[in-house]
Amino acid sequence: MLLRLEPRGQRSRLWTYASPLLALALTVVTAAVIFAMLGKDPLQSLYVFLISPLTSATGLPELFVKAAPLILIGVGLSLGFRANVWNIGAEGQYTLGAIFAGGLALSYPEAPAILLIPAMMLLGILGGMTWAAIPAYLRTRWNANEILTSLMLTYVAQLLLIYLVTGPWRDPDGYGFPQTALFSSSATPPILFEGTRVHLGVVVAFLAAIVGWIVLTRSVIGFQLRVLGQAPRAARFAGFSQERLVWLSLMVGGGLAGLAGMFEVAGPVGQLTPSISPGYGFTAIIVAFLGRLHPIGVIFGGLILALSYLGGEAAQIDLGMPNAVTGIFQGILLFFLLACDVLILYRLRGPRPLAGGA
Amino acid sequence: MDQAIIISFVLSVMTASTPLLLAATGELVTEKSGVLNLGVEGMMLVGAIVGFATTVHTGSALLGVLAALLAGAAMALIFAILTLTFLANQVATGLALTIFGTGLSALVGASYVGTAVEGLPKVLFGHDALVYLSLIAVFAVAWFLRRSHRGLVLRAVGDSHDAAHAIGYPVVLIRYLATLFGGAMCGLAGAYMSLAYATSWAENMTAGRGWIALALVVFATWRPIWLLVGAYLFGGIMYGSLAIQAAGAISLFGYPLVVPSQLVSALPYVATIAVLVAISRDRAKIRMNAPACLGRSFHAAG
Amino acid sequence: MKRRTFNKLLGAGLLAGSAPMIIGRAAAADPLGVGFIYVGPVEDFGWTHAHDVGRKALETEFGDQVKTSFVESVKEGPDSERVIAELASKGNKLVFTTSFGYMNPTIKVAERFPDVKFEHCTGYKRAENVSTYNIRFYEGRYVQGVIAGHLSKSGIVGYIGSVPIPEVVMGMNAFIIGMRTVNPKARMKIVWVNAWYDPGKEGDSAKALIDQGADIIAQHTDSGAPLQVAQQRGVLGFGQASDMSALAPKAQLTSSVDFWNPYYIQRVKDVIAGTWQSQDVWGGFKSGMLVMAPYANMPDDVAKAGKAAEAGITDGKIAVFKGPIKDQSGAEKVPAGTELDDKAIATMNWLADGVDGQIPS
Repeated sequence: MLLRLEPRGQRSRLWTYASPLLALALTVVTAAVIFAMLGKDPLQSLYVFLISPLTSATGLPELFVKAAPLILIGVGLSLGFRANVWNIGAEGQYTLGAIFAGGLALSYPEAPAILLIPAMMLLGILGGMTWAAIPAYLRTRWNANEILTSLMLTYVAQLLLIYLVTGPWRDPDGYGFPQTALFSSSATPPILFEGTRVHLGVVVAFLAAIVGWIVLTRSVIGFQLRVLGQAPRAARFAGFSQERLVWLSLMVGGGLAGLAGMFEVAGPVGQLTPSISPGYGFTAIIVAFLGRLHPIGVIFGGLILALSYLGGEAAQIDLGMPNAVTGIFQGILLFFLLACDVLILYRLRGPRPLAGGA
Repeated sequence: MDQAIIISFVLSVMTASTPLLLAATGELVTEKSGVLNLGVEGMMLVGAIVGFATTVHTGSALLGVLAALLAGAAMALIFAILTLTFLANQVATGLALTIFGTGLSALVGASYVGTAVEGLPKVLFGHDALVYLSLIAVFAVAWFLRRSHRGLVLRAVGDSHDAAHAIGYPVVLIRYLATLFGGAMCGLAGAYMSLAYATSWAENMTAGRGWIALALVVFATWRPIWLLVGAYLFGGIMYGSLAIQAAGAISLFGYPLVVPSQLVSALPYVATIAVLVAISRDRAKIRMNAPACLGRSFHAAG
Repeated sequence: MKRRTFNKLLGAGLLAGSAPMIIGRAAAADPLGVGFIYVGPVEDFGWTHAHDVGRKALETEFGDQVKTSFVESVKEGPDSERVIAELASKGNKLVFTTSFGYMNPTIKVAERFPDVKFEHCTGYKRAENVSTYNIRFYEGRYVQGVIAGHLSKSGIVGYIGSVPIPEVVMGMNAFIIGMRTVNPKARMKIVWVNAWYDPGKEGDSAKALIDQGADIIAQHTDSGAPLQVAQQRGVLGFGQASDMSALAPKAQLTSSVDFWNPYYIQRVKDVIAGTWQSQDVWGGFKSGMLVMAPYANMPDDVAKAGKAAEAGITDGKIAVFKGPIKDQSGAEKVPAGTELDDKAIATMNWLADGVDGQIPS
């Protein structure tokens, strides 16, 4: 092999922060080549993809609105992934949070907002937890792998949502379309900045990340999670209860996913319909890893992915690029971001002078 | 039910199950070597469009299938370089691969929408060769993993890369090969979708089957024969839930049964969970079959 | 298709005639920005593709006078409001939002951009600057039913439904009503896929329906897979949203083709002339928004019957939902001599006599 990696022995401070920049530089170069191949002006395309969403009047607030659910779910997942609990069904937990909170909003439309919003948040969390409790129970009681159970339950959650909005919860004045009535204004989370769509959920997402950070660095549970991430075997010997960590991971992940579902349906969507998520639960898995499973890192991961969505839309409007290019651009960006992190723990070296093992 | 309907039912179930079985067989080998590649959906889509486009241009379905194999392997190579050489996180890289593959296939495939191909020739009992190939592949993989020396090495790498490395096995090389095999099989599964199951290309045509294939590997607790059971069970219930609707009213003890179609649609997923729970109770057996190093990066020290 | 060629000629003529005027105006006025938001990819060979054909027709028709842009594959839900607002804020003065789920976001964005005109497809909420428009797809279903009534030997049609909404339900009813005008004993078997798009499942549904004796396949889902299965099994079927004969030349009888061009051209003209007003348009054969793909794979007399049904609906002699119509339980839904009004059609949630299966609820 031409290049080889040499362990640094400790984390490189420089590369902890420089690796995303290197990744971005590599993405820019690669994407420029692809844009040129598609017959588009590379510089202009890059500007539209990466800069223009931040400069338009509505761009910046929209970036935060789009990133909020990704951050909220990503924070929860990052804690669980540290404990090696592979909850990949956050999408389903998001859906159940939306259903629980939406049910309350539809039942008590007249309740004052000061009561209704917190109650909906609680029910959203409860909904997500309920759905996550199934894989947790099946894993701890019956040893069933949570990857499969949480993923399968995502499909079931989606069908449950379709059943509710086409059946018992269908808006009687909605011309028979699969949707509930619009939520009342007291069930709508307050907008924080006039003229934008920035709602309470955006702040809650950032708060969740900060709380997650404190828990991770200051609490016993956080200590256990950190040890698990760095030395799983040591953790086992130290006698951490695996069962407790499974429950904890799934409850935190599910609860935050449910909360994200509540905020999305109550805020940007405003009702229950069959399509309340553009795959947030799955995208948040990438966000969690982009953030290196660190709650503050998740904020950046969420913002980067949100930017790539907004950039992709801008590229369609301004340059007539197909939507498929967004996926390719995202893929390349993620590939480089993930690969460059190797430089934090390893040095890149030229070929060995003498032939040796691979 | 008369005989013709039963035969048709079996044929349809086999067709519906084959892409799941092909992709899951490939992923099983990859995972047995300790690599978790969640990019199955993306690799299938790229295989589907490359196989389809090649068939359209050359007129040969055989060349299409071969091209799909290579395309799937090429996608897996991207994954392997990132995770095995650059030690990137496998879960995230796999998901990124799916996003990338979905976009790439849509871009390449845009000009092929609305084109039809002849499809794979039927060889036996109304099935094409890929259906039988998928069955052969499962048994071949089962034999390879259990009975052959190389299979033993592959399992050793997946169970403890440090030990395997200490003995002198080329851990990274073996994982590269296992990952490429998995990608090739996913490409094949995609080609089956576009050349046999649907005989046309459409954006995102796998519609989540890659995820089901991933789940089936877990469902089978990493045992190839159980993969066969799982894929046919899932395909059977999936097709069966449509067939029940087509048959019209169902009655139970003489009473007409009114079942929401969403409940019927949820059946395959619920049934998969139920069966997994039933077979997971034996912890020792699971631990014996699950690759202990699944998803963990390996770097040879020194 | 003849109509399309005709439109092209018409467009070219207009363009040539008004060329000096356009040049004269170009310096003074910027082109009219027209934005589109699509729920699927432009190459979906169905719903979204048909809208994009309409968008391209605007460019052919108006040349430099318009500048169109679009965003494809925007999921209904939290993202759509952002994209619609983005289109409005980037200088588009007319924005077409082409999926039902964009209804509430369209209304919300329209409040923020009072001088932009919005056109929402398939919805029922309007505002000062929001119009709604849709096609009477059920008219095409009726014609398909008439053709099926003549051709089906078993008297059973297999119908693949996507999601249980009135749009799909009225199509099923129109089909069986049309079919029963020819064969009063005809029956319809249905499968709900619970998705708009999954070629594998759609094809499987067709197989299951054929196994149950259906020798005609109709679909209200987006892929061509059911037609391809029909061709493989040697039965006949109908395309959806666009002419799908390229996928199954031996199976497609005809297809109800969504033809948005005349509507889109008219609305752009209205904006340019300053005569745009909020309205609700539900156009069928008569308005030219619904077109049947060329008839194929049927004897001449059947084609003639199909054409007669088309003509009858066009000139108002045939009303699809005219009594007496019974529902599945045999209860009279529409008494003899009366017709359903548009509201009753648009909210239809019952299946007509002759349909086996049920609307999930």
